[in-house]
Amino acid sequence: MSTSSLVNAPSLSQRARNIRRNALRMGEVQGQGYIAQALDISDVLAVAYFHAMRYRPEEPTWEDRDRFLLSNGHYAIALYAALIEAGIIPEVELETYGFDESRLPMSGMASYTPGMEMSGGSLGLGLSIAVGMGLGLKRKGSKSRVFTLFSDGELDEGSKWEAMMSAAHHKLDNLIAIIDVNNQQADGPSKQMMGFEPLVDKLEAFGWFVRRVDGNDLDAVVAAFDATISHPEPQPRIIIADTVMGKGVPFLEQREKNHFIRVEAHEWKLALAELDAGDRS
Amino acid sequence: MKSATSATPGKPRLTTSAMIASIAAEGQKTKPAPFGNALVELARSRPEVVGLTADLGKYTDLHIFAKEFPDRYYQMGMAEQLLYGAASGMAAEGFMPFATTYAVFASRRAYDFIHQTIAEEDRNVKIVCALPGLTSGYGPSHQAAEDLALFRAMPNMTVIDPCDAHEIEQIVPAIAAHHGPVYMRLLRGQVPLVLDEYNYQFRLGKASLIRGGRDILIISSGIMTMRALEAAKELAGDSVDVAVLHVPTIKPLDHEAILREAGKPGRLVVVAENHTIIGGLGEAVAALLMRSDVHPTFRQIALPDEFLAAGALPTLHDRYGISTAEVARQIKGWLR
Repeated sequence: MSTSSLVNAPSLSQRARNIRRNALRMGEVQGQGYIAQALDISDVLAVAYFHAMRYRPEEPTWEDRDRFLLSNGHYAIALYAALIEAGIIPEVELETYGFDESRLPMSGMASYTPGMEMSGGSLGLGLSIAVGMGLGLKRKGSKSRVFTLFSDGELDEGSKWEAMMSAAHHKLDNLIAIIDVNNQQADGPSKQMMGFEPLVDKLEAFGWFVRRVDGNDLDAVVAAFDATISHPEPQPRIIIADTVMGKGVPFLEQREKNHFIRVEAHEWKLALAELDAGDRS
Repeated sequence: MKSATSATPGKPRLTTSAMIASIAAEGQKTKPAPFGNALVELARSRPEVVGLTADLGKYTDLHIFAKEFPDRYYQMGMAEQLLYGAASGMAAEGFMPFATTYAVFASRRAYDFIHQTIAEEDRNVKIVCALPGLTSGYGPSHQAAEDLALFRAMPNMTVIDPCDAHEIEQIVPAIAAHHGPVYMRLLRGQVPLVLDEYNYQFRLGKASLIRGGRDILIISSGIMTMRALEAAKELAGDSVDVAVLHVPTIKPLDHEAILREAGKPGRLVVVAENHTIIGGLGEAVAALLMRSDVHPTFRQIALPDEFLAAGALPTLHDRYGISTAEVARQIKGWLR
């Protein structure tokens, strides 16, 4: 959680709703974006940024912060939404998303955006960087942790498995990975592109502490973060979050599943309205 | 036909050079493990220096660093993508990783990782790679004929091709003093000692005129500077006066020195490199001269655009025109 103490802090469900709102507003600005992914991962990001991680909004490079590596760079819209909610990026910049000269490019890059710790886009990079950061933090005697988010599609990349083996080999207990299993990648359902189940067994066999949860159940996500953070053994840890694309906006949840879902110009306002309606119900 | 071992009458038939074969000629003055020893020296005063490798510590002279600083040495296994991703992560945490493997694996297998996690993020990682160009007889799997072209094309990357042990010792502290990603070709094991006799001092980004000469200007990098100096001695016997401009920093290229030397009238300009003729020093110099309206007679000594044969290094260097005898022979041919 942010080190700035908050009296009457919003609840995690309010945080998740605000992250979804920010993402939808950016989608509306651009008329496009990986909005279905942003909606599916908002609950995980709410728990990461408002329950699990230590950081200072006014000092994004604070040495003692927890690191967050977004491996799936096309989820940038989701992370910007969370960084705005966390106060790391001013809300006004939301209007610049994807425009020339913006600090918020469509694909996340470390060289553009405060709080963006790596340049993603080429899938499969994050966990290797996380291994190096984990080793570096240990070398410095730092208590900071490395969180890294990647997608189920990235499991196809061989480098992910190099890094899985390496993190366990080096006993990186300061490394917490999160996989978004939304079962959708560019060419179709992830499990049909290259089967990756049984994922829990696989990752445990690789030497990781594993928690698998409904990634859209906030209480379950909180419990998973708590369990992975407090796990006492010297091993890397991972949360497998099964998520629903478009979560929180029923008509997008129902839409034919696609890696890059199409949203018509008039639908962004409808989506925001549905999100708000769902929140009241 | 690929075979390089077809017998030439009067020549002994050699066998494929060992992986750790030295490129030193028989009887040549050498120095052991200049990179490993220089890195140990550097690391004594720079606690942020760490060493990473992908199962090639012994083959990149990093084992010397590992022995001296075991807790600063990271064995990443035979996983080059992980190696460079992790090096980026360590650099992000303030360390200065020297990350070693063979040139083929860094340039060809891990290219995207280096491009995205190191170069794009401008991380302070030193990529130090053995078996550059044609310095292995194992065939294309281990012959990094195109490493310079690949790394030249990468923004933010400094690219260095050292000549000998004397220069490697000087490059290590020089690249540590430069903040940013560096690709350095490595000569390991018993490394020839050549430039010590020329009162040579490496300066990052600077070319250096090793010897003057009226008839020919050889512009060269890496081991081809050693070959050029040997060929110059041979050609002096034929009253051909050869100048040698050594260009160890391939990128950024020392435009000023190259234009100054190549612009002097009346000399044939030959660029010699241990690299494919595509995209290396030769084409970099050619483009610079064209852009600058400097038009000397221009020739290239470089590896051909083909998959090179397996075999003994002396055989291969003769066959592909980068041995001393072949450098001298080609130049004599161009003078006719």
